[in-house]
Amino acid sequence: MMLQIKPILSALRRHKAGAVLIALQTALTLAIVCNALFIIQQRVAHLSAPSGIDEANLLVIENNWASKLSKDDADAQQRADLIALRQLPGVHNAIASNSYPMRGGGWDQFITLTPDQTTAIGDPAVYLGDEHFLDTLGIKLIAGRNFRPDEIHPIANRENVMPPVTIVTKALADKLFPDGSALGKSIYAMSSTPTVIVGIVDVLQTQSLENWQMRNAYQSLIWPMRQVGDAYYILRAEPGQLAAVRQAAVKALYAQNRMRIINDDGVLDYAQIRQQAYDSDHGMAVLMGIICVVLLAITAAGIVGLTSFWVGQRRKQIGVRRALGATKRDILSYFLTENLLIGIAGVVIGACLAIGMNLWMVSHFEMARLSLTYVLAGIVLLLLLGQGAVLAPAVRASRVSPVEATRSV
Amino acid sequence: MFGYYVQLGVRSLKRNPWLTALMVMAIGFGVAASMITYSVFRAVSGNPIPEKSERLHVPQLDNWGPQHARSLGEPPEALTYTDSTALWKAHQAKMQTIFYEVTLSVIPEHGGGSLPFNASGYAATGDFFRMFDVPFLYGSGWNQADDEGHADVAVIGRSLNERLFQGANSVGREINMRGHSYRIVGVTDRWDPKPRYFDLFSMFTVNGMGDASEIYIPFSKAIDLKIDTGGRNSCGGASSLNAGWDGWLRGECVWISMWVQLDTPAETEHYHEYLRNYAAQMQQSGRFAWAPNIRLRNVTEWLDYEKVVPPESRISLIVALGFFAICLINTIGLLLAKFMRRAAEIGVRRALGASRREVYLQFLIEASTVGLAGGVLGVLLTTIGMFGVGLIFEPQIAKLAHLDASLVLLTIVVAMAATVLAAFYPTWKAAQVQPAWQLKSN
Repeated sequence: MMLQIKPILSALRRHKAGAVLIALQTALTLAIVCNALFIIQQRVAHLSAPSGIDEANLLVIENNWASKLSKDDADAQQRADLIALRQLPGVHNAIASNSYPMRGGGWDQFITLTPDQTTAIGDPAVYLGDEHFLDTLGIKLIAGRNFRPDEIHPIANRENVMPPVTIVTKALADKLFPDGSALGKSIYAMSSTPTVIVGIVDVLQTQSLENWQMRNAYQSLIWPMRQVGDAYYILRAEPGQLAAVRQAAVKALYAQNRMRIINDDGVLDYAQIRQQAYDSDHGMAVLMGIICVVLLAITAAGIVGLTSFWVGQRRKQIGVRRALGATKRDILSYFLTENLLIGIAGVVIGACLAIGMNLWMVSHFEMARLSLTYVLAGIVLLLLLGQGAVLAPAVRASRVSPVEATRSV
Repeated sequence: MFGYYVQLGVRSLKRNPWLTALMVMAIGFGVAASMITYSVFRAVSGNPIPEKSERLHVPQLDNWGPQHARSLGEPPEALTYTDSTALWKAHQAKMQTIFYEVTLSVIPEHGGGSLPFNASGYAATGDFFRMFDVPFLYGSGWNQADDEGHADVAVIGRSLNERLFQGANSVGREINMRGHSYRIVGVTDRWDPKPRYFDLFSMFTVNGMGDASEIYIPFSKAIDLKIDTGGRNSCGGASSLNAGWDGWLRGECVWISMWVQLDTPAETEHYHEYLRNYAAQMQQSGRFAWAPNIRLRNVTEWLDYEKVVPPESRISLIVALGFFAICLINTIGLLLAKFMRRAAEIGVRRALGASRREVYLQFLIEASTVGLAGGVLGVLLTTIGMFGVGLIFEPQIAKLAHLDASLVLLTIVVAMAATVLAAFYPTWKAAQVQPAWQLKSN
């Protein structure tokens, strides 16, 4: 096989254009396919990140009051609402909060370890919740304790009360106290009042999934407060009861008080929330997938087309070689090797292009560095594609009879 | 002669339908992918107010200090209550407006059965309407006297007017929002610039896309009524200990957008100077412990700074263009194969007296028929692809992308131009065919 390389190279020199075109096409295809596959992997990894909550059974209702209520009125109304919701058949638990995981944005709070520190150590998402918060969302407490009912305070919007205690996620605890000693320590929410960490929960996704927040992924904290006034009611249904609860909950709330606003798009289950939150990730993965498949098909078809042309052009030479004693296998391997050589040239250029393209995207779109596994996988894929594409024309070439040598074209 | 060449081209394409189909498909897919992503890109990167984009400016100033800056060295994207009202009262530009997003419950007066509903819009000062060229159906915006007098006036949008007043002229009527009564002074026509360049600070308008605003009330009145912002409030980690409404107003949280209209470079220069002096004053008074850090960006610069074009749109456009390039290289190869196969035919034509020019013409025409077919397929695929845009982009963005006459024309022109361009090399090769050599070998 090695012996054949020299004649192949000198034959290639006679149709440089075609060889260059195939190599170029292979190179560009490799560059795009590598990056597209990498984008798919990134997006899929992003959208399959766990949220730490019992998504299958949760329902979020955005509740706004139609008229302006005093803090006490709003508090009383909300207590009544929560009692009504918790009494509904099929409802496991219910709470009122300022936000919910994967909402798309919300409160984040700079945290320091001493009151006089001016540079924040962490920037976690803030959830307000009472003693039912952990149970309602289905979050696992891994150290410390839950809030006690006497620690919960109702707060109105723009009220800024520093809570004496807080529950944090493990990710935040590890960020603030890398030695694992977070429980019982004090933190400061850019104020002089300390807040003591009384509990640590396993996983709780943040509200925003944007890049800036992902630098602090899973860093969330819960303050022992109930946001009165406009708030989100979060309901956890018994398994299998979500649809029924969805029907009953809004009705029950309106029965409680008609002067409220619950929009149709203000009642969401986690399938919907997830879809909204990861819409563009899902879409990008699908788009890149389609582009990869079509691109590979077109490149393969192009190789088939050009090689067929070469075979047609060289029937006479093939005939001569056959007449001089070359076997069918020799002819077949000639075309396969020829394609392999062009393919190797292509993938070498392509690998450089792929990395260059990725570096450019890294600097422009906050993308991650392309892992070399993708380049290697892409190289193997394209070389195999080239060999597969060239197989049919090569087999046809190997069937050229030695008699062709004597015939004029 | 032209007609004859077209005929020859079509006949030659029919001779190897497989190869032809391959080329047409490559061009069709390539051009369609480019056009679909381009249509989205065009929608999100358009200039929403071309005639004024160089004149409207966003003043920004750093009230947090270097260590709280989210992005290195850049001042916050909005202003505090203290700064926005001070800058507005100073009237250093011909027109200026400060505003924040509000969501209010509208309580329908008539029809006991109708439930209250939410409407979103802005608490703004009167210049808002003239600065952003808001079109009015009835009446107009309010004036500065209303701003200063904290008047109970409101402007509502067209669809709210249809919902509440069946589209009649409602100027002078009352509207009850969140338990407070306002006199309607104007009804805007449909107005929903995309992207919503003037309110990019707000959180839930994805890349400046959102539902059209329906209500406008005077800024001063909204503050009197303690109407909270329905948009974003960012404290940037600055101490927010001043509890309660008044503490919030006095605090360093930013939540108010400001725009000024500066018609000449001299005016811009003047305002820039004024803003710097204001920040310097704050430094002297001890409020800022850092040197003035200000920005005065116009609409184009602001859209760019706020990264309105989503990265998804750019990435997919780039990938689609790369895809198109590969399709064209593919086409060059196939055309080369196709043309060179006919070396003998070319030899005969040349021997019979056809000039190189004529060979060129014949093959370029043949190529452009391929391009035309590819373009038609491209239009077809683009139409289908438009339905799929919603899969990839947020619905607010997806609905902006649409197929219009200009896009259809562009698709066909791009397909044909690209194919003819791709055909230059194969055509040149074909024209190089030596008639004597071809005839001899035959």
